[in-house]
Amino acid sequence: MPEAFLELRDLTKCFAEHTAVEKLSVSVRRGSVLALLGPSGSGKTTTLRLLAGFERPDQGAILVDGREVTRLPPAQRRFGMVFQHYALFPHLTVAENVAFGLAKRGTPTDRNGRIAEMLALVDLAGFEQRKVTELSGGQQQRVAVARALAPEPRVLLLDEPLSNLDPGLRERTRRELRAALEKTGVTTVLVTHEQEEAFALGDRVAVLRDGRLEQAGTPPELYERPRTRFVATFVGRASTLSATLVTPNRAKLDVGGEWTVETPAPVKPGTRVTVVVRPESIRFAEEGISGTIAVRRYTGARAYFQVRVGDAVLEVEAPVHAAQHGDAVRVVADRALAFAEEP
Amino acid sequence: MWLTVLLLWIVVYPLALVFLQSVRGEAGWTLQYVAEFVSERREWSAMWASIWISAASVALAAIIGIPLAFVFERVDFPGRRVLGALVALPAVLPPLVGVIAFLFLYGESGFVGRAVALVLGLDEAPWRLRGPGAILLVHAYSMYVYFYLFMRAGLARIDGSMYEAAQSLGAGPWSTVARVTLPLLRPQVAAAALLTFMTSLGSFSAPYIFGGGFRVMTTQIVASKLNGDMAMATAETAGLALVALVGLALLRRTRGTDLVAAVGKGTAPPARALTRPLVRWGATGVGWVLGLFLLLPHMTLVLVSFVPVGTWTTQLFPPAYGLGNYVDLVSEPERLRPLMNSLWMAAAATVAALAISVWAGRLVVQRRASLRGMIETLVNVPWAVPGTVLAIALAATFSIRAPWVGRWVLVGTVVILPLAYLIRNIPIASGSVLAGFRQLDPSLEEAAASLGAGRWRTLRAITLPLLRPAILAGGALAFATALGDFVTSIVLYTFDTRPISIEILGALRQFDVGLAAAYGVLLMVFSAAAMTVGTKR
Repeated sequence: MPEAFLELRDLTKCFAEHTAVEKLSVSVRRGSVLALLGPSGSGKTTTLRLLAGFERPDQGAILVDGREVTRLPPAQRRFGMVFQHYALFPHLTVAENVAFGLAKRGTPTDRNGRIAEMLALVDLAGFEQRKVTELSGGQQQRVAVARALAPEPRVLLLDEPLSNLDPGLRERTRRELRAALEKTGVTTVLVTHEQEEAFALGDRVAVLRDGRLEQAGTPPELYERPRTRFVATFVGRASTLSATLVTPNRAKLDVGGEWTVETPAPVKPGTRVTVVVRPESIRFAEEGISGTIAVRRYTGARAYFQVRVGDAVLEVEAPVHAAQHGDAVRVVADRALAFAEEP
Repeated sequence: MWLTVLLLWIVVYPLALVFLQSVRGEAGWTLQYVAEFVSERREWSAMWASIWISAASVALAAIIGIPLAFVFERVDFPGRRVLGALVALPAVLPPLVGVIAFLFLYGESGFVGRAVALVLGLDEAPWRLRGPGAILLVHAYSMYVYFYLFMRAGLARIDGSMYEAAQSLGAGPWSTVARVTLPLLRPQVAAAALLTFMTSLGSFSAPYIFGGGFRVMTTQIVASKLNGDMAMATAETAGLALVALVGLALLRRTRGTDLVAAVGKGTAPPARALTRPLVRWGATGVGWVLGLFLLLPHMTLVLVSFVPVGTWTTQLFPPAYGLGNYVDLVSEPERLRPLMNSLWMAAAATVAALAISVWAGRLVVQRRASLRGMIETLVNVPWAVPGTVLAIALAATFSIRAPWVGRWVLVGTVVILPLAYLIRNIPIASGSVLAGFRQLDPSLEEAAASLGAGRWRTLRAITLPLLRPAILAGGALAFATALGDFVTSIVLYTFDTRPISIEILGALRQFDVGLAAAYGVLLMVFSAAAMTVGTKR
């Protein structure tokens, strides 16, 4: 990749019993946002702490602008971090929190200018003298962002930046955060377990599982062309069916019927596969495999139907009046992916 | 690493040497002293006295403290808040000061003794404040506070629905206490019992002043030391240390898990208001009588501190009062000296103990499990060791010059008492500071680091300011304890470094009760001030 500003090479970190991160390599372009996405225990927070310098990797290297920083202590790394619970200093005011990273830099006037600039960036102008303990969760989050950005970090690290906010506040805060990142143009790595957040904030998303990188790519790449079954089911909604591959692009479903499938990774005909299909890729039809509507979940113009097919359940997105609870229906898939069954 | 070495050297090493020396004579390994110790009847009776006095103190303190805690936490009546605080007041009397207050109050020539003699037309009080009874009286008075405070804290955390659940299942009020409340509070009871037992086992002031011919181990050890029989004192010390460790181990096992913390987070039900006026005001009346009784020692001390030397002979109340004692205290260099000694030695010991605690705290929160357990144990060891044992151990360790095994001559220098105070202060200071560290969000220090702050700036700008309440609380308590110390001082002091407690003893010997009381009042005021600073949030 051209112009990789931040590069992780074969990072490995073991704790007493288990390997938290294993041979992780990923890079981030200057000024872009990488989202590390994975379920809890996937090693994404450990990766962030390795980047910040709070943990030392057992193997591998971290490079910024071609220079290695792997063993640099956090204080000399010039990486800004926004902590999951913000970690604002409770005994300092908003201004003092933001000023903390500006120590010894420029004149006091310069520093005050920078503080005002940062608070304006996160829409908290005039909050200088407030106590951080008096702020709402959303305001605290923004102070944390301002504090991390104030010393002009080379890389900004965000640990689950929105997870501590009320759902109603998340959407807005996410937009504001995205705007602040774009305005400052800072290279950013963020950690999240929510796909929506990763897709909204990340230019690229790296999906982690058990400490290993499953796939990295833009949101459309991950959604449309997942390379593993894990990515296909973890990113976006999907139903799975067991099947046997009969030809390179035909799979015989256990519940009956045959579907045309794509195989992102080569699979030999005759092997057991898992067929993954998105709700919007299935439609009700005259022919196809038959099942009954078990659940209809109304969401407005469209509805999600759960169709019971044998012992499997398929999720179908369709117009609200396409079917009723208990109806016998037939479905066909416009596009389905097949992955070799995991042992 | 260095901290571990330091703690091993000042905390564990002297104790280990005591055990070692009790089985070593001039000619090498010997069981001679142990044999002497074991064969002496009076040693056995002192040991037995220490144990049964401690057990009886626990029982008495529990019988007084637990019901008081229930009354003040559960029942509402006028004056409950003020009285509830008054009940904790015995805690502000340093041990020796409490003892002399009792002497002035209930002793043969104390107020109550004189009053009773006057009423009955006798020449002297019909009792003598001597022996085990007197010791137990002082212990009960000063140690029920542990049960009272621990139980109140525990009761305040039990969710009201617990009682409602018990009632809806058909349990009456007594049955609820016996089957729900007390079992839930087992850890609090065990902790208070442990603290009372250990304090009582190490108690020196009361047996020393009131014991007479009745010896417990602590007074026995000091007597041997003063007689110059250091070998015997060492053997006795080893014996007492052994009992303390066994007691600690046995009582620790009764603690059980903290169930309140597990099921808790609840809010205690509001205290039940007494409704019938007679009962209501009766409770207040009884409360004030109790409060007055508990305050009598403090008031006695203040009153006696105004008595000029030699003026109070046979009268019920002293005939003359004046500020003379206090004026003497600050104007006469020889009187001021113990005060200054105590202040600087306690201050130095407190600062050092706080520094060690912060150092230990940093190591303990930095997830290095192996070191953490070790350090947490080491800082708590001095707590399990009676003051007399520590003093003898230090006297034995630091009276020889042998730098290659970490021994220097410190006995007789100005260093030894502050060192002793420091060691006794470590568990007090670190208890508070370590708790403060545990409440500190570790990501705060990481945040400081990621913003470019080095270790010192993080410590100065983030960690210490946030730990301020914990440091103040631990420091205040440590300072008050060191200021009032008598147990280690009497073994290790020199004339030039004599602290207040030794001077109180000297004044008593010269029958200058006014001066002794004036010193006592000063100690009481310092302790009260320290407690106030310490409990402020």
